[in-house]
Amino acid sequence: MTILAIDTSSEILAIALAQEGKVIAEYSSLSKNKHSKRLMPAVVQLLKSVDIKPKDLKKIVVAKGPGSYTGVRIGLSTAKTLAWTLKIPVVGLSSLEALTLQAQGRNTLICPFFDARRELVYTGLYDQNGQSIIDDQNCLMSDWLEELAKIDQPIIFISPDLDSFKETITDRLGERAIFIAEGLNTTRPGLLALSGAQGKEEDVHQLVPSYLRLVEAEVNWLANQGEQSNE
Amino acid sequence: MGEIMSQNKETYILAIETSCDETAAAIIKDGHEIVSNVVASQIESHKRFGGVVPEIASRHHVEQITHVLEEAFTKANMTAEDIDAFAVTEGPGLVGALLVGVSTAKALAFAHDKPLIGVHHIAGHIYANRLIEEFQFPLLALVVSGGHTELVLMQEHGQFEVIGETRDDAAGEAYDKVARTMGLPYPGGPEIDRLAKQGKDNLDFPRAWLEEGSFDFSFSGLKSAVINTLHNAKQKGIVLEKADIAASFQASVIDVLVEKTYRAAKENKVNHVIIAGGVAANSGLRTALEEKFRDQKVKLSIPPLSLCTDNAAMIGAAGMIAYQKGNRSDWGMNANPALDLEMYGNR
Ligand SMILES: [Zn+2]
Repeated sequence: MTILAIDTSSEILAIALAQEGKVIAEYSSLSKNKHSKRLMPAVVQLLKSVDIKPKDLKKIVVAKGPGSYTGVRIGLSTAKTLAWTLKIPVVGLSSLEALTLQAQGRNTLICPFFDARRELVYTGLYDQNGQSIIDDQNCLMSDWLEELAKIDQPIIFISPDLDSFKETITDRLGERAIFIAEGLNTTRPGLLALSGAQGKEEDVHQLVPSYLRLVEAEVNWLANQGEQSNE
Repeated sequence: MGEIMSQNKETYILAIETSCDETAAAIIKDGHEIVSNVVASQIESHKRFGGVVPEIASRHHVEQITHVLEEAFTKANMTAEDIDAFAVTEGPGLVGALLVGVSTAKALAFAHDKPLIGVHHIAGHIYANRLIEEFQFPLLALVVSGGHTELVLMQEHGQFEVIGETRDDAAGEAYDKVARTMGLPYPGGPEIDRLAKQGKDNLDFPRAWLEEGSFDFSFSGLKSAVINTLHNAKQKGIVLEKADIAASFQASVIDVLVEKTYRAAKENKVNHVIIAGGVAANSGLRTALEEKFRDQKVKLSIPPLSLCTDNAAMIGAAGMIAYQKGNRSDWGMNANPALDLEMYGNR
């Protein structure tokens, strides 16, 4: 069974192919260049390099967010359409959960996160087997660290944006905060592809991005509705 | 890539359009026959915001796209294997919205090892007419929509010369802004069109003819005049008939559109005039154009309402021309919100 994995939820493009429990090809690149220009040429090249045809694919795994709205949509539109037209299953995995894959089995809790700007992060808490303990959310890093401070266990932090937050994390959690080696802070696409073998298959039409945030116009509209009903 | 096209085999193009607030897919045979044409409109969702919110449009596209594709294939009783090429709106439009369609089309073309064809949205609007009748060249297209007001001259298929365009607001934009000032529900165009039928052109709004011989347009002066009239009346406590405001505004827009189209058609000795874009659904504009061109030798075509607003059938029709020209997009194709029509034609 050949599985294609796609993650375009940050500036990192990560794709891989797995076959019978082995990673047979993977590619990742960090660039400001648009995913729309990079993704499909990379997928074409990846398949070609191991002589796989699109029709050989038996499953697609995609990181469904949170992350860059546009990035997530490019990955998801591509994955959904491939799965739909090739009539194969699709698995959507949280982009945060995808990051935990390279930190599992270390006897620590795992906290993956992405910078969401203005002191905010997308984050969640997972156990050492990658099971969710606290749901993925969009919150202030300071609030999140207060929450984590209540938990008396070592936590491994993993993020492509680690540099900007390392100090803040250590200040609050001290020695309980553990950091993963550089090179493991971005999605390992091969692991994402392997994880897909057991992943929960979704109805392709129902698979939508996990944004964890309303659009500003919706927030304003909802606030407005609230005011009107209070009057 | 220029493969040789067999004359007797039919060509089927699956087209996708997601440039604004409609998620659409269609299958077109030989560039002019609609096999299926599916449009999922988001208008109800954007209504509460009084206009299209780009991020919300993009979110809807990704939710709708596979549904729309499935319906397009089911209605056509076809599978992706029957398709010769996959066409998609490359631009102009909302970049995040366009990207959903572009990513989808690439995945389809890749999965089935078929050509990918990026299409210009305005070329699409123009080619909506070819789904009704064949073009006769030279041809003049008046393109009027929320984002565009242009006069496009065509000497042959797939070639576009923009001989006039708006210098400020598009006609559809002016409609929306005036409708909002009048307190009319979104979308404002159809509301103004409806009200205008009940009112009189008695407010003497300006017509922007610009310099002698220019085929360009300008609607910002008219828009300001309408807004000022409304404000002044309000301050003086005068109640203006909404129907008269609508009729006067619409008459000003239509006078300019019709007269400039007529002059451009004469000057360029065209055989065929076609109307394209969402504002072509406006009944006042349709009637005025039919009137003006009634006794002329030039043929006038206005597509049915369903083909005036955004749809994928028109992208398939324009995509067929690009396909026949041998134009192929590569896997690195990006959405291009500022794609130029003339440059697109020169590909
Ligand atoms: Zn349009």
